[in-house]
Order: sequence, then structure tokens, then C-alpha cells
Amino acid sequence: MTLTPDPGSKVAEMDPEGRPEVSRSEAASADALAADQRTRITGEAPAPSASEAGGEGAASPAVQVEGLRAYYGDSMQLKGIDIEFRANEVTAIIGPSGCGKSTLIRCINRMHEEIPGARAEGRVLLEGSDVYDPSVDVVAVRRAIGMVFQKPNPFPTMSVFDNVAAGLRLTARRRENLDHKVEQALRGAGLWEEVSDRLGQPGIGLSGGQQQRLCIARSLAVGPEVILMDEPCSALDPIATLKIEELIAELKQRVTIVIVTHNMQQAARVADRTAFMLSGELVEVGPTETIFTKPTDSRTEEYVTGKFG
Amino acid sequence: MEAASLTSGERGLLTRSPLARLPDRALKWGLTALAALILGLIGYFFIRLIGQARPAFAKEGVFGFIFGNDWNPEAGHFGALPLVVGTLITSALALLMGVPVAVATALFTTELCPTRARGPLTVLVELLAAVPSVVYGLWGIFFLAPKLKGPEQWVADRLSFIPFIGGGAVTIPNYFIAGLVLAIMILPIVSAISREVMATVPFDQKEAALGLGATRWEMIRIAVLPYCRSGIVGGAMLGLGRAIGETIAITILIGDATKLGNHLFNQGYSLAAVIANEFGEAEATHRSALFAAGLVLFLLTLVVNVIARVIVKRTARGRYRGPTAGVGQEGGGVLLVDAAAGV
Amino acid sequence: MSTSTQPTGALARFAPSAARRRRDMLARRVVLAATVLALVPLVLILYYLVHKGIGAWSPSFFTSDPTGNTFFGGSKIGGVKSAILGTIEMVALAAAISIPIGIGVAVWLVEYGRDSWFAHTVRFFIDVMTGVPSIVFGLFVYIVLIVGTGSSYAGYKGSIALALLMLPIVTRSAEVVLLLVPNGLRESALALGAPRWRVIGRVVLPTALPGMLTGMLLAVARAAGETAPLLFTAAAANATTLNLGAFMNSLPVQIYNDITKPTSAVVERAWGAALTLVLMILILNMVARLLARRNRLA
Repeated sequence: MTLTPDPGSKVAEMDPEGRPEVSRSEAASADALAADQRTRITGEAPAPSASEAGGEGAASPAVQVEGLRAYYGDSMQLKGIDIEFRANEVTAIIGPSGCGKSTLIRCINRMHEEIPGARAEGRVLLEGSDVYDPSVDVVAVRRAIGMVFQKPNPFPTMSVFDNVAAGLRLTARRRENLDHKVEQALRGAGLWEEVSDRLGQPGIGLSGGQQQRLCIARSLAVGPEVILMDEPCSALDPIATLKIEELIAELKQRVTIVIVTHNMQQAARVADRTAFMLSGELVEVGPTETIFTKPTDSRTEEYVTGKFG
Repeated sequence: MEAASLTSGERGLLTRSPLARLPDRALKWGLTALAALILGLIGYFFIRLIGQARPAFAKEGVFGFIFGNDWNPEAGHFGALPLVVGTLITSALALLMGVPVAVATALFTTELCPTRARGPLTVLVELLAAVPSVVYGLWGIFFLAPKLKGPEQWVADRLSFIPFIGGGAVTIPNYFIAGLVLAIMILPIVSAISREVMATVPFDQKEAALGLGATRWEMIRIAVLPYCRSGIVGGAMLGLGRAIGETIAITILIGDATKLGNHLFNQGYSLAAVIANEFGEAEATHRSALFAAGLVLFLLTLVVNVIARVIVKRTARGRYRGPTAGVGQEGGGVLLVDAAAGV
Repeated sequence: MSTSTQPTGALARFAPSAARRRRDMLARRVVLAATVLALVPLVLILYYLVHKGIGAWSPSFFTSDPTGNTFFGGSKIGGVKSAILGTIEMVALAAAISIPIGIGVAVWLVEYGRDSWFAHTVRFFIDVMTGVPSIVFGLFVYIVLIVGTGSSYAGYKGSIALALLMLPIVTRSAEVVLLLVPNGLRESALALGAPRWRVIGRVVLPTALPGMLTGMLLAVARAAGETAPLLFTAAAANATTLNLGAFMNSLPVQIYNDITKPTSAVVERAWGAALTLVLMILILNMVARLLARRNRLA
């Protein structure tokens, strides 16, 4: 099912099957909650997601974006985005430079507003709760939705262990032993084997690819529902990139992943669903294979065939 | 420009006459000589100072001078311990009281303050550096000291069980009030350097902390403060250098007790103050002793300042940014404060 | 979607504990309080200066010299004319000495010395000079010019002490500004065949001048406020004199001397002089700041 929001209207169009959007979300959020509970307990992936057009996907949205508009000062960067990211799936966001893909994911965990003069309007629902609701503490949002940045940014004054534990220490009791959780996070990031003997060494002493996996471990440690990745491999060499892509495939069993990438091949490799953005609008979203082989919108087709971007 | 002189006839296209080269040479060597002169000046000063101080050291011995506990010009006995201790105590007090406030102010300006208020706030803090030392002394002795005498006595009485804090009468000039005013005087320089260091914290560090779900204060604690630690220490040391070298305000506010005061709220003395007070009428050995005090003072500030600058330069991460200050807005700010505060 | 009934829903378990929120609030408050605390002395000083100093201001305050008579109050004590003029004279001479030398050294550092070990040494010692206690400069001039020559206090000797104080400030700020002059400017002038001295004199210095003005003004402001270097070089005097070879009064020294006098009228005069001095310095500072903002090279 593809969503093709009409920028002119505030309400998403009915999808081709005629099912109104709203009720689907309501039903879906309950499913999502249940699905995630299952996932967390069993560690298994839920039933295969991403259906072809026409079927109702068994996977349900972990995150739903409704009518999102983002501004830098007076200029509007995102012009009304409606999109959903399904639980335990990898969704890639592709598009030419400046199309707003980074802005979009930064609005999901409310990092966008950290830039002076920037603001966002609209709703972003994490399993039904709007992260922009005034009663919500932004700290909670960011704990629930983690982020991995383009350039690996481990804390330079901290050791490998302390880096991973950094987020944990914010909520840990004073004498709590974090060794186990740190190890779990490092294993989850595929880094344990490589650093288990040098946990006390500075985090920045690792190689680029290792640093990025360290950052992933750091995000994993606090147990988020969703991990947003903003071009995580663009500063890395091909081998490190490959390792991270393999990692993403494993990670999606535990968390929902949204990855921004300018590399279409990467999207094709890792993502279950792909969204194409252009000039602050969402052009098309759907199963990765469909987007790359039979896109509905001509702009999508031009982009994926390399005519521009 | 001088295109025409390139084609000066007989000599050919590419040579200049020696005469034409003269201004260049003169400038270069003139300026080099000037630079060397500066070095020579400092060296010369050192030598003369040591020469003038020698008689006093001869009389008391170097250690006797520095560690002797009795400054008694009438008796011809010059033990500078009260002076050295007075200098150190007031400077330590200044650091203790001034650095936390300065760092907090810098933190507020860079992290917590609304963007529009940052400029004016910075200017206000730097204005503290524009007040001349003698005015600090004036204000301190006529306004602050009398106002604080009551509270000081209260503290002295309540906390007299702590050695050196209480147990006696509070005098108007005393170590504490001198240290307090010094703390105010070093605020601008420590704050400016802290501010500059905090402004260089890379945004991606802060993002990483925020992205983990840290509150603003937690983000500062994780990402900003550890990064700035050595820069702040460097700034604090520059403040220390300033406090040690401060003359007039401390002369007015510390008194002129020739023996070590008993407690914090007693009169004391300091190296700079003794020179300011006694130089006018001193003769022979006394004067020499004062020069010796000046030498000790000079060496103290030298050591502290050198260490401070090494630390601050190192936190500039190897980029040559000019003397202590960077270029551009923040750097200009530090420069302004540096200049005005005389550090 | 109803968000008002269960606002935090799925986010509830991620919400920060009350303790964390408290700590954040507390930290913010403490930092704010400290900042306010830092500004309190400034307000108090300025207020007190105006409050006590304005009372001393009068026409005779500015037009008559101190009489040296400090026991009787009222009009018998005189004003501070010689102090104001003395400060202006001595600081002007100090500027005339230190500014050309300072700029010269800065030019050498940037254009010739650059990264050589010699330049690094010079730079290092200039930096060190900024930390020297001002009274030590006074001692130096005393040793060299008073003991050394056997002569007495004089205004110009005070100027020299002040010039030593100003020198590192002028040099540093000039160097910073000269470094900001784009290298391309120098290169294009050199490429036209201009000799180095012309490039410096006609291209680099004029470009840098506005920026250097800021540093100069700040150095002047600093020198105007200094007392210690003048204590045993220019000493104090009562009469106005234009002769820099004689004892010369100055505002900081006048204030310093007046502080210790018993008569309240004299102390009031000290406040008036202090207000005058601070006003002069503040104006210089403000002008320097304005210039800095307008003439940013970068």
C-alpha cells in the first residue's frame, strides 16, 4: 500500500482500497503494542511484514507521522509529511540532498528543535502516543527513540565501557552493576568480541566503523523502541559499512529501524520498505522492491534510475 | 606600485638597486632588533632586580627571607612569610570564591541563556574588568567591608571551632574581604576563558548526549564539562596569576599586619601591599628587602602564568590561535577582557 | 486519536524520574543564581560610585587643583584638576611610546618572524609580560631611571612604566588583527612587484588599522586606571604641570592617597575622582567595543 499524501490537503487521501486512514491507525496501534510485547519477550520477529499492494500488512506501525511540518525560522523545510514506520522493520528514506530526510527523522525524536530557531508542528505517534504532546517530556521521547548520527560521536573523555554505560547511568541506581547490560549492548552491536579486552580504553581509540558500532551499542543500551539512523555509514569504509548493514538486519528483530541514506544500493540491501522524498515532501513509500522496480510516481522512477540526484 | 623600478635600465630586468632594497632591509632588521630588544629588556630587568634584592638575601639568606615569620623594618629584620602567606591565602580565597561563580556564569551564557541575551550578558560580565583596581579598593573598604563586618563576626563566632576561621575580633581590613574583592576582580577573565572553551564543544557531542535522553543538566555534565575541564583549569590559573599580582586593591583591603594574622578575619599583609606601603620611605636594607619581595612576587606570577598559558594553549588543540585568544567574536571577547584585566 | 486521556501512554516508562527532573531544575537555578551573583558587584559598584561621587562633582572640582590640605573640609581641599590633566598627559605619552613599538613588534612577528623559534620565544615572553604585576613595572623603572640616574620622580618616568604595561596588550591585539588580514591581499600586492615594506605600509597596516584601534583603546583604558606603576615613578603632586619632567599627579594616585585621609570631604573627593576615572575608562571601553564590532575583518 502506498501513501501518496496530497500536499494541498491536510487529510491523507483514502488509499486505493478505499479504507479510510484513521481507523486503520487505531486498530494498528493496538496491534503494534501487542506485537512489540511479543517481540520483546520472545526475541523473535513477528509475522513477515511488508505486503504487496492490496494486502493488509500484518506488521503494524511503531511510529506514525501525521501532518508533520518543520521550519527553520520562517522557511518551511517539511511540507506536511504523513508516513508510518512499521514495527520491527527497516524503513529507508532516500532522496536527493536537501530533500528533508534528515529533518524528518530529527523531528521524530525531537532533535530538530535543538537547533536555534527550528520548530516542528504536527503529530508523531509512538505506539499511539504523540511525542509532541505538551505533557510529554522530551527526555522520554529520546530515550524511547534512539539516534545514531552520521559521524560517529563517542564521548571522547570516556572509555568504551563508560560510553555504552552513559545512557544507563542516567537512570541506574547508584551502585548498580552495569557490566551485564553493557555486554549485552555490545553484543547486540556486534562489537563485543572486538572490545571485550579493552573496555577501559578511550572510546575514540577505536576505528571509525567500531566507533559507529559503539554508538549503536550506546543507543541500544537504554532499550529504545526505535532507532533512527542518519546516514550512519557515510563516513565509513565499505567493509565497516557492510558490518553495520549486517547488524541492522539483526537489530530489526529487537527495534524498529528508520535509516536515512543517500546510497540507494544500501537501501535496497537493508530496507524492508523505502520512502522517497523530494523537496520536503514524501513522494512515495512502499516495499523496497516495488520502489526500485515498479515505482508508482514518475519522480521516484527518475531518481532511482539516476536521472537526477 | 613599483613596476617601473623593475626595469631600471642598466641593471637588467630582474634586479633592484641596493638603494631600492634598503627600506626593506631597514624595516626587517629594525623590527627584528625591536623584538630582540623586548627580550633584552626582560632579561635586563631580571638582572637589575636581583642585583637590588641581593643585600636583603645576603642578610637573611634566601630561605630566611622567604620563610621568616617577622617583617620588622625597624629592627632590620625581614622575614617575608606573612607576606607570602598573605598573598597565597588571598589568592586562594579569590580562586575558591571566584572560579565557581565564573564557570557557572560561562555555563549560563553558553548553554542556558536565551540567544538574544547572550551578547549583553557577556558585555556586563566583562565590564567588571574595566573597573580600575583602586576603585575596587575604594568600594571595598568603604562599602563592602563595613557591610560585611557584622556577618563576618557572626561567622567568626559561630565557626570559631574551625582553626583559622574564627576566634577573635573581626577587623575591617582582613584576609577574607581582600580575597572576596579579588574574587570579583578575577571573575571576568576566568569567565571569558571558560566561555570560549565551552563554545568550542562540538555540537555532535551534545547531540549524542541529548539523543540518549539526557536532561539539559545531564547533557552539560556528560558532554560539556568533561570536554572543557582543562580549559577551565587554565582559565582559573590565569585568574590566579591575576590575583597574585594584584596590588592596589589588596593593599587597601588587607591591612598591614607585620605578623601572620590569626584567622581569616584578621588583618594580614601581602607581597604587593608591602611594596606599595613601605617603598616611599624605605632606605638601604629595607629597600632591598622590598625589592626582594618584588622579585618573589614576580617569580610567583611568572610560574603561574606560564603554567596557565601552557594549559590553555594545549586545549586550543594545536591550532595556532594567537596569544591565548582565538580570532573572531569569542576570541575578540577574550582579548578584550585579557587586555582590560591585564592578564 | 485521543492523546489527552493517556498523554504519555507508551512513553510513560521512558519518562525521567522526579529525581532527575529535580536535579535538572536545581542545576539550572543554581547556575542562574550564580550568574546574578556575578553581576551584583557590578551594579553595586556603579550605583555607589554615582551615589557618592556625584556629590563631589562641582565646577571647582574640575577646575582647581588639590591643595594638599587634607585636614579641613569643604572648599579648602581643592579639586582634582591636576589629577585629570596628569592622567591624560602621562597616558598620552605612554601611548605614544608603546603603540608604535607594540605595532612594530607585532608586524615583525606576523610578517617576518612567523613560525621561527625566535618568534615563538618573543611571543612567549610578551605573553608572560601580560601577567607581570603592575607594581613590578614601577619597580623596574625606579631601578633603571631613578636609582640608576640618580634623578628624581618625573611624569615621563611614570609614562614609561605605563608604556611597559601597555606594550604586551598592544602587541597581542595588533598581532591578532594582522593575522586576520587575508594572505591573498599581501600576495596580490607582492605579485605586482611591490617591495615588502610597501606591502606592509600601504596594504597590510591600513587594512588592519581599524581592528588595531580597539586594542589600542583598551590598552589606554587599562593604563589610565593603573596606580601602582605610578607610585614611585611619577609620585604625586598637587599643582597642575605640563612639564612631564616634574612630579605629576594622576587620578588613580590621587584617589589612592585620598582614601587614607581622615576627613570625609577628602574621601568624598576620592569618590568623585573615582567616578570621573571610571567614566573615562568606560567610554574608552565602549568605543573600543563599538569599533571592534564594526571593523571585524573576518
